[in-house]
Amino acid sequence: MSSRRERAMVEPAEFRSYYGRPILKEPAWKQPDVPLYLFLGGTAGASASMAALAGLTGRPELARVGKLVASAGSLASVVALVHDLGKPSRFLHMLRVLKPTSPLSVGSWILTPFSGLAAVAAGSEITGILPKVGTLAGNVAGLLGPAMCTYTAVLLADTATPSWHEGRRGLPILFAGSALTSGAGAALLLIPCAETGPVVRAGLTGATAELLATRHLESKLGIVSEPYRTGRAGVLLKAARAFTVAGAALSLGARRHRAAGVLAGAAYLGAGLCTRFGVYGAGVESAKDPKYVVVPQRERLARRS
Amino acid sequence: MSESGYTGAQPRMGFFTDTSVCIGCKACEVACKEWNDVPEAAGLDLLGTSYDNTGDLGANTWRHVAFIEQPVSSVDTVSTVDSVDLGMPSVGAPGQAAEGVRWLMSSDVCKHCTHAACLDVCPTGALFRTEFDTVVVQQDICNGCGYCVPACPYGVIEKRESDGRAFKCTLCYDRLGAGLEPACAKACPTDSIQFGELDELRERAAARVATLHDDGVAEARLYGHDPADGVGGDGAFFLLLDEPEVYGLPPDPVVTTRDLPEMWKRAAAAALGVAATLAVSFLGRRR
Repeated sequence: MSSRRERAMVEPAEFRSYYGRPILKEPAWKQPDVPLYLFLGGTAGASASMAALAGLTGRPELARVGKLVASAGSLASVVALVHDLGKPSRFLHMLRVLKPTSPLSVGSWILTPFSGLAAVAAGSEITGILPKVGTLAGNVAGLLGPAMCTYTAVLLADTATPSWHEGRRGLPILFAGSALTSGAGAALLLIPCAETGPVVRAGLTGATAELLATRHLESKLGIVSEPYRTGRAGVLLKAARAFTVAGAALSLGARRHRAAGVLAGAAYLGAGLCTRFGVYGAGVESAKDPKYVVVPQRERLARRS
Repeated sequence: MSESGYTGAQPRMGFFTDTSVCIGCKACEVACKEWNDVPEAAGLDLLGTSYDNTGDLGANTWRHVAFIEQPVSSVDTVSTVDSVDLGMPSVGAPGQAAEGVRWLMSSDVCKHCTHAACLDVCPTGALFRTEFDTVVVQQDICNGCGYCVPACPYGVIEKRESDGRAFKCTLCYDRLGAGLEPACAKACPTDSIQFGELDELRERAAARVATLHDDGVAEARLYGHDPADGVGGDGAFFLLLDEPEVYGLPPDPVVTTRDLPEMWKRAAAAALGVAATLAVSFLGRRR
């Protein structure tokens, strides 16, 4: 939309480099494993919290669906992470220490108990065995849910990858919003109209946060905003915005029309996928081009002297 | 106690790479590969940019000799200092005599940062700080998560494709333990790579820059020597003859974990925002 105008406003970057070769290494994580891990983790986190609150406020269908999505999402997220490591047994090395300086260590200690608790809650829901244990597990998973939604933002921001590190203020808000809309999306897809009220409200707040945070990343980070609005990542993030707006608009009809709810849910989930793949791709692009390393660092040096 | 947090009787060891005397022979690359049994990198390929066909540091390249060819006005070149015209063949076509060419060569290596991002973000504790205040990967602990790779502000550490785990320079931890100097420093024929106690190397480097400045080489500068820089100073630092980015080095590297407390606070605030949003959505109105 406004990308051409914005691009023209940025002065052409002049910088020197070693034959144009990248200075940084690209993130070593595989695609689609890690963007999927981000998406599934966020969806599961928001779903677990929704399920716990739905149970407490007497919305049985939402509680049931939330528990199942939280369990399936977090287990799939663990599978994506383990697949990225190559050998499954290597995941256990994550649990030999807890390091606050490593967002991946902290994240593993959030993800592992969360997925265990979510699985217990879902298992009890399906089989009807040990209902009290299942409810307790679901409630504790619900408490961990918000942490599941945002720790992955720190995971990306705590790297030298320019567009991620410079985006450290916007990413937690984007991931929080995206987790809310994805969680709402999964619920809207699966629950009856009568229980959609709180899900729609949470989705609208999430959509607002998501749109504001994307705007921040796309325009407020100087030259390292460029990867968020150009190339494949730019297309994905534009698609995410369109899906989010469509999802939010359709969700307003979810209380009366089941079809509107289903379409809103699908749009929200599409937005979540596009957001995670878009943000991931923007980071990779920013690591490939020495421009995004040299120009901001030179500007920083000039400001200091 | 050292800045990195290590307390021990052993002084901090490091490299001072004086690129003004590097001749680009790549003996360091070879010695490193031989001693550490580092496998072949990307195969025998020509990059087509310069005499450097290695390209960059990585899992299978722990020393990398950068080679830069620059057109310069002949009066500016280092070689004119106290030199006599011997009528040797020159570079370029006749009539281009006013323009000269200078070659910059530099052997790059892991910087063994005081505040090492790779070590900070490693979730398994595989990356650790040795008694020599260097940063080393314990290969039996590394689980191949790859987090250290994008964390490094210099783009040094990398996952080995064939193996899945991360590898980088160990500053020849095994040789240091046996009282030997690292293989690259041992092999360097011009003492461009100097190994020793970091404090002493910093003094030596300052003296070398002063000498070069006195000789009219105004562009000589140190890189990574300053404990006040974004990574707390490098255990392996350099004397360069141009801006760092010309050698493929970041001009102002920063350890990103420096901002981690702020990032955790923001993530916690965002998580509370999620909790509050959901609480209000469910409890605000019945239905």
